[in-house]
Amino acid sequence: MEKILSKPESLKDSVLSYCPGCGHGIIHRLVAECVDELNLREKTIAVAPVGCAVFAYDYFNFDTTEAPHGRPPAVATGIKRTNPDKFVFTYQGDGDIAAIGMAETIHAANRGENITIIFVNNANYGMTGGQMAPTTLIGQVTETTPFGRDPKREGYPIHLCELLATLEGTTYLERVSIYNPQNIIKAKKAIKKAFQCQLDGKGFSLVEVISNCPVDWGMTPLDSIKWTEETFIKTFPLGVIKDKTNV
Amino acid sequence: MKKLIKGNIALCEGAIAAGLHAYFGYPITPQNEIPAYMSKKMVELKRVFVQAESEIAAANMVLGAAVTGKRAMTSSSSPGISLKQEAISYMAGLQLPSLIVNVQRGGPGLGNISGSQSDYFQAVKGGGHGDYRLIVLSPNSAQEMYEFAYDSFDLAEKYRSPVMILTDGIIGQMMEPVEFNKSEKKDFNDKNWVLTGCKGRQPRSVQSLLMKDGVLEKHNINLQEKYKIIAKNEVKYETFMTDDAEIIITAYGISSRIAKSAIKLARKEGIKAGLLRPKTLWPFPSQIIDSLAKKGTKFLSVELSHGQMIEDVKLAVNGKAPVEFLGKAGGGIVTEQEILVKIKEMAK
Repeated sequence: MEKILSKPESLKDSVLSYCPGCGHGIIHRLVAECVDELNLREKTIAVAPVGCAVFAYDYFNFDTTEAPHGRPPAVATGIKRTNPDKFVFTYQGDGDIAAIGMAETIHAANRGENITIIFVNNANYGMTGGQMAPTTLIGQVTETTPFGRDPKREGYPIHLCELLATLEGTTYLERVSIYNPQNIIKAKKAIKKAFQCQLDGKGFSLVEVISNCPVDWGMTPLDSIKWTEETFIKTFPLGVIKDKTNV
Repeated sequence: MKKLIKGNIALCEGAIAAGLHAYFGYPITPQNEIPAYMSKKMVELKRVFVQAESEIAAANMVLGAAVTGKRAMTSSSSPGISLKQEAISYMAGLQLPSLIVNVQRGGPGLGNISGSQSDYFQAVKGGGHGDYRLIVLSPNSAQEMYEFAYDSFDLAEKYRSPVMILTDGIIGQMMEPVEFNKSEKKDFNDKNWVLTGCKGRQPRSVQSLLMKDGVLEKHNINLQEKYKIIAKNEVKYETFMTDDAEIIITAYGISSRIAKSAIKLARKEGIKAGLLRPKTLWPFPSQIIDSLAKKGTKFLSVELSHGQMIEDVKLAVNGKAPVEFLGKAGGGIVTEQEILVKIKEMAK
């Protein structure tokens, strides 16, 4: 028998600590496949966030560093500015990137830092047990919105890609999801394009991946996929938000 | 040949001569000469300068550069240094060499922009969360701003530790002749922990999150062992007229300059006064204080604070001799006359 598919070299053999049915495993694999296919593994320095992906350095088989909560874009700025020949990306969740780290995100984007951000949006703080995130949907029940997110009390879900699109410093912004194979293929294409954007020296790229969090959403994995398709992406429509890679 | 420049600029020149690769800053008085000078000089030298969006971001940019083995620094003044504590604690945990400069101003809160020495506790007792130490250097002249900045990176790299230069608005702003007597250094060589991309080796990760049973405990023990070695090897201080002194002033930074003048005045009046000036605030020169205390010398801690370093002086003296205090905070400066009056009181 011929082996036609194997684990990407950019993933270690370690067992992922993510919950059953969580989307991070798929997204890790997509990132690793893109790093391999673009032959970047040996020049990659990745920045792990604080949140569910905090253990990313145990899973990715390339150089990784820790960063304080929300600061990966600043840490990545420090790495890339002093090492312009390296490939630098951050992997961050919604709380990390759009709440505590919003200033770092906006200003790294506005400076047009030649880095890539993989932003996993699962509409809640997964690691700490499912509290409200900046991207939590209106009416969504979380540990800290037991009556559902009320915009009068908690404000509205932040659309980070659309916000960043207003900044001249951003080059490529796309929102994708992984709730079915078709979208997984699209997500991979977007990640690869974002990586290529950096390799071509074209500036700031970010891919927002709409992902599921069955355990903290209180759903079965299948129900969480259904909710992603029927509800989640209605608030966060998929597609290219901004693309100046050909300019 | 000496050049007349401000302490803050002398510090920049020292760091640049030491092979500084990247400077990340944010405006705040009284350290503004540093980012302003760096924005021109670093760009001319084709090195990295970034004006960050906040002190938090600037310190985390230093973390990013340091993780790849590049010599990087940030500077700020007191309220900004509070914001940098997050990254400082991380860099201590991650064991990243770097330089953080605090040109102290008055506090607490927004305080004012006058020179002050009220951040001693923050600098030497931790500042951020967790059990860690910073190597804290205290220059008292523009010349030392240059020299201490120059030496700080070797020290940081030798021990894989952040170094803080704790100075103040007066030393920073004061113009003095400086001899640029150091030769240009290069970025430090590749060490076995820096992130460079995993070409030809196993991937590395730099982390302070250590969740497995006992691993963090071991990490903390290792840090403490390192601090013991630093405390043994790196204490630096200056003594002035201490040999026959009956009253010894302990003072650092700008206070030590004023104290020296007061000591000369006291000597003219026949009072045997002397000065013990820590150049390193951590590690603290406890041993020399201990041996002076054994001779029965009285101590006077002079600070631009309401009494911070005096706690370390008292710990070193350990009840063997009286320790008195003279200080002002919030913009006031202790004068040599005020110190003289206090010395006379103590000599009675």
